[in-house]
Amino acid sequence: MCRLLKCCCGPSSKTMKMLISLIMARKLCGIYHVCYTWGKTNVIPRRFLAAINNDFKRAKFEEDFLSSHIETTGFQKFLLTVGSAAVSLLDPTRADMIAVMGETAGDSAFRYILQTMQSDSEGQEILRNRPRINSLTVDLEKLRQMPDGTLGRAYIAFLDYNKVTPDSRLTVQFVDDVKLAYVVQRYREVHDLIHTVLGMPTNMLGEVTVKWVEAIQTRLPMCVGGALFGPLRLYPKQRQKYVKYYLPWAIQTGTNCKFLMNIYYEHRWEQPIIELHEELHIKMLEVPKS
Amino acid sequence: MALAKKLLEVKRRIISNYGIGFHTVSKRLYEMKHEGNASKETHFGFETVKETEKAEKVHSVFETVASKYDLMNDAMSFGVHRVWKDIFIQRLGPTADTLLLDVAGGTGDIAFRFLKYMHIAGKMSGRVTVCDINEAMLDVGQSRAEKLGFSSKQIDWLQADAEKLPIDDASFTAYTIAFGIRNVTHIDRVLEEAYRVLKPGGRFMCLEFSQLNNEMLQWMYDQYSFQVIPVMGQIIAGQWKPYQYLVESIRRFPNQEDFKAMIEDAGFCQVNYENISFGIVAIHSGFKLCS
Repeated sequence: MCRLLKCCCGPSSKTMKMLISLIMARKLCGIYHVCYTWGKTNVIPRRFLAAINNDFKRAKFEEDFLSSHIETTGFQKFLLTVGSAAVSLLDPTRADMIAVMGETAGDSAFRYILQTMQSDSEGQEILRNRPRINSLTVDLEKLRQMPDGTLGRAYIAFLDYNKVTPDSRLTVQFVDDVKLAYVVQRYREVHDLIHTVLGMPTNMLGEVTVKWVEAIQTRLPMCVGGALFGPLRLYPKQRQKYVKYYLPWAIQTGTNCKFLMNIYYEHRWEQPIIELHEELHIKMLEVPKS
Repeated sequence: MALAKKLLEVKRRIISNYGIGFHTVSKRLYEMKHEGNASKETHFGFETVKETEKAEKVHSVFETVASKYDLMNDAMSFGVHRVWKDIFIQRLGPTADTLLLDVAGGTGDIAFRFLKYMHIAGKMSGRVTVCDINEAMLDVGQSRAEKLGFSSKQIDWLQADAEKLPIDDASFTAYTIAFGIRNVTHIDRVLEEAYRVLKPGGRFMCLEFSQLNNEMLQWMYDQYSFQVIPVMGQIIAGQWKPYQYLVESIRRFPNQEDFKAMIEDAGFCQVNYENISFGIVAIHSGFKLCS
């Protein structure tokens, strides 16, 4: 760089040399990223930076997986399935038992979801990058400031209205393959977004409707169970509405709309929901007020 | 400018020589100086951890399990732990002038049984000090004491480390530790403290999981421990790892004979042990008699 300066400026003044070197430094900073870690200085071209960051995220999920994964034998998995099923029925407030049952009993469904994600380009990107949705990875404040009608704004409005946080999802413990474990983790973290996209609240009716859509799309046993047995707990008036409006809409949406786990929600915060619905072939449910 | 360049050169030389970051070089030198204290290792279940870390890890295990401790005890042993503790107190055979120190007594099982024994024997003067390193366990114990109707005059609750008891020499006539001694970092220090706080003639009693004397039964016990107990922990208490630690720490604890030798090393006399339930638990007993 010094030789360049000498070549172009020749016998010019020191200030000129400094100015030109500053301009060149700025230009280079735009092209290269200087990474300084414990005595080693790496100069990385910026166009590779995103890929490296994604490698870190991907590696980070593997780290989280290794720290929270618990080795279990087949017998233990069987005991866990039976025990957690019993406890889920006896004490529905034990959300962790429902999660454990989902993990131990859903192997074939996980493989189906993985296969479906692998055969779509956006799904492949999700599997490559392994993004997580929690309060550290998603800037909730930025979502609050987005214009109305965007996915981001609707999501944060959903979280605030129902007083839930994206951190309430448990980490996967009993799935042995890291790829399948990621699929399960993604399913749990994307559940609230599916609520938002479908426009369903978190009351019993809304939950059962979302469970129907998820059951049709993902074939997860917990979703199927929830979809079939959840309506038993509805009040008669809700049940009427359910049978007349919600259930047919759920089945129609579940079969027609695009696979909801194939959507890279983190890249679509600014997308208007109407556009998203068109892309996914979702028609919002209209319940006439009786 | 030249000075800065020289410093960078020196740093580069150091890094190229040691091959690691500069700060880790100085950290390594510091550790070499203080080697004796920092890098001794011990076991935590089947893991190996630094001694300084073990106490913290055990503390967090018991904090997590405190609220469901008694329920899990009943589930894992199918209620038999109550029988073990009853036998333990009967072997102790407390009298009217027994001053009992129950160490690692957290939720108060031994203390309550002691007071009930005194009550049944017609002596209303029982007094017991319950000592535990973990506040959460003591809180559970205190709320149980209230529910069962024991007054605070009969039980003292003390938060302390069994390796360094804040108690004067020769203050108690009986020292009990039930299912606690396998969790400590230095068993020998706990035994020495026990010797110190007991009066001459005082009795040390320990109830702890031990090794079975029959290989077939040991195998069945191992299968049950490793296959079923952590699963029970996950289902009933929502925690797997504390119960994995529990079954692993049982295997790491010295067997009946070795533990008897350790008690004798601490100065106790007339040390013997009794196996209960084929050796699943053992009651070790020693007296502070020899001067």
